[in-house]
Amino acid sequence: MKEVHIETLQELLNSFANKDVYIHLETTNGAYASHFDTKVFNAGAFIRNAKIRYELGKVVDDTPHRIGLKMEHGWVYAQGITHYELDEHGRLLMAGLDYTGKLAIALQISETPFSY
Amino acid sequence: MTLPSERHVLIIFPHPDDEAFSVAGIARLYHQMGVPVTYACLTLGEMGRNLGNPPFATRESLPEIRRQELIAACEAMAIPDLRMMGLRDKTIEFEDDEKMVQLVTSLIEELNPSVIYSFYPRYAVHPDHEATARAVKEAVSRIDKTVRPRLLGCAFANNTLAELGEPHVIVNIESVKDYKVKALQAHASQTAWMMAETAKRVDEGQPMSESWLNIEKFYVIQQPDELGEPIQRVQY
Repeated sequence: MKEVHIETLQELLNSFANKDVYIHLETTNGAYASHFDTKVFNAGAFIRNAKIRYELGKVVDDTPHRIGLKMEHGWVYAQGITHYELDEHGRLLMAGLDYTGKLAIALQISETPFSY
Repeated sequence: MTLPSERHVLIIFPHPDDEAFSVAGIARLYHQMGVPVTYACLTLGEMGRNLGNPPFATRESLPEIRRQELIAACEAMAIPDLRMMGLRDKTIEFEDDEKMVQLVTSLIEELNPSVIYSFYPRYAVHPDHEATARAVKEAVSRIDKTVRPRLLGCAFANNTLAELGEPHVIVNIESVKDYKVKALQAHASQTAWMMAETAKRVDEGQPMSESWLNIEKFYVIQQPDELGEPIQRVQY
């Protein structure tokens, strides 16, 4: 993955618009967050291989980036995205890596289902 | 006391690297004694957060990296029988509970272990650890008391010492410490930063005398029908 390049990522988001796509969306503090610091309220969310179709996808030019996908009946968004790549299977992988290199959020879009 | 020989040792943990931290030394000691060891690793740690910055992996490439690390770690620990059970990281507690118990029961029926190493329920911190610990304890509880394998658990919740006291079984692994270090190093995607810190301490003249590299410690997990029976504290 490379650091987000706005124009390239915007083109990639456009390329998946108006298609049935599978998404992976994940936010996390890590399972040990409240073990190491009892003041941390540990919350996260995970969804993998939900099939959606969006008509408009947009990456916003703040760092770290926010990405929103507008669907016929609702929205998907992610904030904190720092890196992206189009992998060898043509899947758009986006991630937010914190200052220590730990994943804090992932948003991934693919025309074929991700593995289990 | 010398570590007793076993018919077969079964190790059950959910994540690649759980075993390196918990039982790498004792697994190597069993190897030297000619005791057969099986490690059932339930997931590939697919949800590991450490991808680096700049990143060395993606969410999608991490499982294969960790699979290779697990294989290398098992070579360092001389664990000949590695089973990758195909579950997904962070989902074990959401699986059907009975399915999880049956997964463990099948392994026990096939391997007939005399001792099982896993996590200690309610003191294992991570939800996958807890779900694994519950399934293992339940599967063992269903075996007739007279032929039950011994069940030893790792516990590291912050309240462990206060509530459970000192570990029941303490194993000196100093003679095989190098293999434990190798096993931990094999899980580089998870441990690189930590191993670098350890190496730095050695460079600064502080020997690797930290207890976590010299001893492995376990609690005896008692079943409801064993409560009240005395537990002998032993050191090997």
